[in-house]
Amino acid sequence: MKRLEAVIIGAGVVGCAVARELSRYQIKIGVLEKELDVACGNSSRNTGMLHAGFTYKPGSLKAECAVEGNREFDQVAEELDIPFKRTGKVVVGFTDHDMENILKFKANGEKNGVQGLRMIDKSELNRLDANAGGEFAMYVPSSGILDPMQYTIALAENACRNGVRFFFGAGVESIERAEDEYLIKTAAGDFLAKWVINCAGMYASEISEMLGYPNYPVKGFKGEYFVLDKKAGRKLTIPVYPAPNDKGGFSVHATPTVDGNVLVGPDSYVTEGREDYAVTKEHLDGLIRDGQKMFKEMKREYFIRNFAGIRWKRYDPETGEILDFLLEADPEKPHTVNLVGIESPGVTCALPLARRAVKIVAEQEGLAENPDFNPRREGIHKFPEMSTEEKKAAIEKDPDYGEIVCRCETVTKAEILKAIHNPLGVCTVTGIKNRTRATMGRCQGGYCQTRITKMIEEELGIRPEDIRYSKAGGYMFTGKVREEA
Amino acid sequence: MREIDVAIIGGGPAGLAAAVRLYDMGIRNILILEREHQLGGILRQCIHDGFGLARFGETLSGPEYAQRFIDEVQKKEIEYMTDVTVLSISEDKKIVAASTAGLVELQAKAVVLTMGCRERTRGAISIPGQRPAGVYTAGVAQSYINLQNKMVGREVVILGSGDIGMIMARRMTLEGAHVQAVFEVQPYASGLPRNIEQCLHDYDIPLYLSHTVTEIKGRDRLEAVVVSQVDENMQPIPGTEKEYRCDTLILSVGLIPENELSLGAGVELDARSRGAVVDEYHQTSVPGIFAAGNVLQVHDLVDFVSMEAENLADSVAAYIREGGLKPCTHAVVTDGNVTHTIPQRISGECDFKLSMRVRRPMRDCTIRLSQNGVTVSEKKMRKALPAEMIQIPVKAEKLDQNSDLEVSVVW
Repeated sequence: MKRLEAVIIGAGVVGCAVARELSRYQIKIGVLEKELDVACGNSSRNTGMLHAGFTYKPGSLKAECAVEGNREFDQVAEELDIPFKRTGKVVVGFTDHDMENILKFKANGEKNGVQGLRMIDKSELNRLDANAGGEFAMYVPSSGILDPMQYTIALAENACRNGVRFFFGAGVESIERAEDEYLIKTAAGDFLAKWVINCAGMYASEISEMLGYPNYPVKGFKGEYFVLDKKAGRKLTIPVYPAPNDKGGFSVHATPTVDGNVLVGPDSYVTEGREDYAVTKEHLDGLIRDGQKMFKEMKREYFIRNFAGIRWKRYDPETGEILDFLLEADPEKPHTVNLVGIESPGVTCALPLARRAVKIVAEQEGLAENPDFNPRREGIHKFPEMSTEEKKAAIEKDPDYGEIVCRCETVTKAEILKAIHNPLGVCTVTGIKNRTRATMGRCQGGYCQTRITKMIEEELGIRPEDIRYSKAGGYMFTGKVREEA
Repeated sequence: MREIDVAIIGGGPAGLAAAVRLYDMGIRNILILEREHQLGGILRQCIHDGFGLARFGETLSGPEYAQRFIDEVQKKEIEYMTDVTVLSISEDKKIVAASTAGLVELQAKAVVLTMGCRERTRGAISIPGQRPAGVYTAGVAQSYINLQNKMVGREVVILGSGDIGMIMARRMTLEGAHVQAVFEVQPYASGLPRNIEQCLHDYDIPLYLSHTVTEIKGRDRLEAVVVSQVDENMQPIPGTEKEYRCDTLILSVGLIPENELSLGAGVELDARSRGAVVDEYHQTSVPGIFAAGNVLQVHDLVDFVSMEAENLADSVAAYIREGGLKPCTHAVVTDGNVTHTIPQRISGECDFKLSMRVRRPMRDCTIRLSQNGVTVSEKKMRKALPAEMIQIPVKAEKLDQNSDLEVSVVW
């Protein structure tokens, strides 16, 4: 049994943002996560877009938090030492109807306080990016791109450095009231805490019910993506979105990633399975067809990977209407903050939502500030981003910077070692990948995966059969081929 | 900056063979740059035999084959660096490499590209389904089993009838795994007939042609694959799905020449071979940069990799001595029945060997090389398979020096 003062359920981007913001105060915090790393759900299964906030309903929590989250992100990226580019975005149209919808959302965005929106013609669009499709566009200067995995990891590591403890493999099984506290039973043991903050993402409704709130109905909108080679990435500098449909939804778009790849997707269809992340031939074929309209270089030779994500939206079962983010703290359920239906633009809104959640806890508890809180976190210095002189200096200081482990992404042994010894204690192969980009290139680990597993084995002293690819049951080896003589 | 005559990028069967031959021709200021801890390249993990019959007249294991060249390199004291990864090569042949001792910066007179190839992945061929552990490319599985003593699984399905996939079918069977089947999307095998016999038939492992994996199942570790029959356009036929319970899927679905460094040097690539466009000297579009082995075209036998590299050494030596080679202004054009040719450009003044592969299996056909309707050389074949590289020698005396060379298959 572990006793904490506040438990955060879920180590997605919202849970990690709440952990980081709450660590500004003197309170003993634990994050319970059912998987073996942060950002294992939809926090990592999205476009990595810092949204501007022009599609959301004025006055909604989505609109308010998106605009707020967008404005502050240069500082956030600087503090957390994560890659971020304020690329802007173009929303392109082909027809009069597209124009109508774009203008509608331009007006909507202006109501939400999104600045700098303006219409551009085809020649200006082509000047912005020659490979963008479309006859005209709305230019959105405040949009940007980030790596949602790196961002979530950075929030978690910063929280960790400020005293937050992370418990992995700790899927919550039940929550009960135990005097003035909550007894939370998990797959990794029992926890006692005065406060419970529900950041369980796609499972938020189930946790909500455990806390005595309703089991809010949610509907899953699944989308599939292609990841394209950096060779294609050189041909796209700005995210290209099609005109929104009448409801403000976007179909397939092309987005450069902050690391230089291109994402094509997502499409959107309803799914029942909470973790139905399987990609399908039907939808990948659809992405090939539709993606070419947005990005002329959408070609098979550039495919290096694909994935799916699901936006779990809260909705009204009577009208079918999609509802806003829910952030509530009912005194009838003491010492709880309930966040439900946090989907896109959850990455953009994570810190604003976290501040609102933390404010409830801090005010009610009269929390004192944590005098040791440090908002800064240092990331792993990436070899390929260094100048020749910096590379020389890095190798001189640490010779492991001279050993290339991942050829495609030029990731060095020094970076892999730092990732293996990450502050959260994550040791999956996917965890190393998300911290360094090793195995993310065009050979998908063909060269480096064997080296990385060997380093995990040697550095952490674990048996090969205990190495995990990404999930608890995701063993990579059944044992030795032969016992050594 | 250190100056060298020839920088050889990669110390596998091509790079080593090129180095030894260059030395024998009197070029001594050579440096082999190898990213791994040892020379030998991919041969280090190929512990089966069958290498060397064409080159050495006897069959050797991969490490034994490599050792023949490594011994020569060491005996001749040809300089090599291991644990050095080349980061960039420029058009004017400046090379930057990373090592634990610092950045290595070199100025070469000539560069020989012998980086080999990489395996095509699940992502590249977009296999639908979930993303559990237990999906390995054949080469990665081979590396784990043969170099790291780690067993990757017990119930195995193999997608793709490439040679490494078939070799791994046998290897895993010998180590106690159960290999259920090999599935190939094409209507013919992509690997060599001898491997179908020795690796599949001898172990009762079925090979299903015109079949592919259409879904991968499993959240944590692979639990099953769904396999479907495909039609003549390689599209899955609905209703033919069959599920195979397994914990491991091995992919042997093609090799891609690893040309990222070549692209950085401005070398023009052939979209068909995915290797450099070269002339009969094996010189790329950048004068003084040459290519041989699997970085140029994927070979069927390692012997031909080394022999291609040895041939190239003559041209590199001439380039160093004479400061340049004659321009090759004539193209080798194909009729669509062959995938690509090496070389793609010729001068018409020299003897050379033209290598190619047919696009699909053919029987009783003739591969004809001609200029303006006049046959230059031809090769009659009872059976031509895409798995086997075809080489046809061409004599300069037969060539018209003012025309392109046409390759056609007739039957």
